[in-house]
Amino acid sequence: MLSKRIIPCLDVKDGRTVKGVNFVDLRDAGDPVELAAQYAQQGADELVFLDITATHERRKTMIEMVKAVARQLNIPFTIGGGITEIADAEALLNAGADKISINSAAVRNPKLIEELAKAFGVQFVVVAVDTKDVDGRNMVHLNGGRLITELETETWIKQAEELGAGEILLTSMDHDGTKAGFDCDLLKKINDNINIPIIASGGAGSMAHFTEVFQKANVDAALAASVFHYGEILIPDLKQELSRNNIPVRL
Amino acid sequence: MNDNTRNTIGIVNYGAGNIFSLTAALDRQSIGYGMVNTEADLAKYSHIIIPGVGHAGAAMQKLQQTGLVAAIKALTKPVLGICVGMQLLTAHSEEGNADLLNIAPIRTKLFDKSLGIKIPHMGWNHVSFANNLLFKHVNADAQFYFVHSYFIEYNPIFDIASVTYGNKFSAAIQKDNFYGVQFHPEKSGEAGEQLLKNFSML
Repeated sequence: MLSKRIIPCLDVKDGRTVKGVNFVDLRDAGDPVELAAQYAQQGADELVFLDITATHERRKTMIEMVKAVARQLNIPFTIGGGITEIADAEALLNAGADKISINSAAVRNPKLIEELAKAFGVQFVVVAVDTKDVDGRNMVHLNGGRLITELETETWIKQAEELGAGEILLTSMDHDGTKAGFDCDLLKKINDNINIPIIASGGAGSMAHFTEVFQKANVDAALAASVFHYGEILIPDLKQELSRNNIPVRL
Repeated sequence: MNDNTRNTIGIVNYGAGNIFSLTAALDRQSIGYGMVNTEADLAKYSHIIIPGVGHAGAAMQKLQQTGLVAAIKALTKPVLGICVGMQLLTAHSEEGNADLLNIAPIRTKLFDKSLGIKIPHMGWNHVSFANNLLFKHVNADAQFYFVHSYFIEYNPIFDIASVTYGNKFSAAIQKDNFYGVQFHPEKSGEAGEQLLKNFSML
């Protein structure tokens, strides 16, 4: 059976991970390579690196960091942030990235999804969507939730799928940072409507939240940052807990 | 890269896919490798890997442009096709309705989404493998990382590992000295590293 994936997300700025990390035995908590290796060893199924400076400062993601990660890491990883054209994606692919994640650039230029899928295959193209409830409607937001668009989340995700997205990374801005659990209702609604994998993001606070999102929304993967970085949830414990709840995982 | 010692791997460099991750995995296992660009290069290595990501039909076209097809088919040393590189070993792919190398007379087909599965098949899955040197010392409950929309039909003559996703298909095949794996050993943790090591020692 295909396992449900657990994906730690690392925010990267100028080639260094940001946000505090309190792993033991880590020489340099800011080194993305060392952190990535540690997560892989703990049993993470995949990693996502987001260049948080990229979108609003127009920075290209850091090829050297991607190469260093690819040299070290024996699990797949995705790079997001600042990818606006085919050449950006190609450089990341050649540096060893398994997938790229596009967000604002896809909204501004939906044809980019199609072009990327044609050039590198749908499996390479993750479309990240930040959604926020506005007067009872789920609306796509850009620039980390700072900018509202006119796109309804469900409509946009369906369009992204048709254009050639291989996977959706859906972040609920309403739940992100609350540690009150994933937005299971919205995730289920979206998931029932598409035929490509979906990664749930935003709201993880406890192991029970992961069980809940897999049971209620049947998503393919769940992503979190701080609960992993601060050691509040250890991946081996989480995998055991999911397995006890009959959720297929890689142990 | 050390071209002259025994058991070094030649990677067919035909422009389809992400060779960096593969060479990184070989580096981590201290397995020597080099690139195969010409027919003469094939003779330099004890083992050959055909990598591949993306579109099978397009990959076959690129492989044909290298002029290496006949020489690859004539190889008697161990050959490993990975992902689309594995699909190239089959007779035909529904992706681009393409005729392929036909080393193993089986077919590469599109997943049937009416089976209620998501496409691509993406993530870690168990495989049931037979007693085969390629899987030596691989734990029976190990999982491998897959990412593909097309699969190789199950045929017991060539199958050495199978997986079920919607339907049962081949995760790995063997025809004489030709091996293929649908998953990505270079991204499949320790189990994948063991498999690469096993291949290098065939």
